[in-house]
Amino acid sequence: MSLSANDKATVKALWAKISPKAEDIGNEALSRMLYVYPQTKTYFSHWSSLSPGSAPVRKHGKKVVAGIGLAVEKIDDLFAGLLTLSELHAFQLRVDPANFRILSHCILVVLAMLFPDDFTPEAHLAMDKFLARLALALSDKYR
Amino acid sequence: MVEWTEFERTTIQDIFSKMNYDVVGQQSLARCLVVYPWTQRYFGNFGNLYNAAAIMGNPMVAAHGRVVLHGLDKAVKNMDNIKAAYAELSVLHSEKLHVDPDNFRLLGDCLTVVVAAQLGAAFTPEVQAAFQKFLAVVISSLQRQYH
Repeated sequence: MSLSANDKATVKALWAKISPKAEDIGNEALSRMLYVYPQTKTYFSHWSSLSPGSAPVRKHGKKVVAGIGLAVEKIDDLFAGLLTLSELHAFQLRVDPANFRILSHCILVVLAMLFPDDFTPEAHLAMDKFLARLALALSDKYR
Repeated sequence: MVEWTEFERTTIQDIFSKMNYDVVGQQSLARCLVVYPWTQRYFGNFGNLYNAAAIMGNPMVAAHGRVVLHGLDKAVKNMDNIKAAYAELSVLHSEKLHVDPDNFRLLGDCLTVVVAAQLGAAFTPEVQAAFQKFLAVVISSLQRQYH
């Protein structure tokens, strides 16, 4: 399900509107992922706290959203643009790719919560496709 | 049998007692048809589904969204035996409607997004967990009679 020119434009427009709240989005999405899908906590056993909104969660949420921002910039060639991140996830982090779909879902829920008027069905469609493509690029180097 | 905490029971009753079925039903089904267009395969006689605007404004979609959402009432009223409560509906979806059960998950995700938009900050991680657990039980019950 590749991204049409319209999808890319929609994602960029939405991102421009929501990026001022990037930190909140990252924190909320990650907090929810850890709480609603407890199996995801297995990747963060080294953190001092895994509770929603705690310092390590907030810090990491920021990092994750920065990665998404990068992907928006590289939307015309996600596989090349996310090469380094893909290698990181493949060889060092080794996050099971099923979790990308889980985090994507949490991101969509957070966008609906924080931006109910901007997160129209069309925006939802474009964002869902983009995050799926992002996940694919991120898992590209896995095997 | 599914174990529900007090918080989960209260949360589910709360969400559904306050829900505007017309709005949420229409929005969830319409969103599902827009975001996952292959789900339109089940609605060949619904008329104009050619673009997002048409889908969002389609009265048959709105009416059916309401029907589907009220279908969840069975689960809200029978939380201690959702499996039994949905036996007939499960057979219906399998034998008569021939709906691929993965679609239940897609619609459930859209419903979650719509409820999140309605509740805003009140849709806390704890509330989301309860809501998604509820939907997962419903979906599993709806799939049970497929063979």
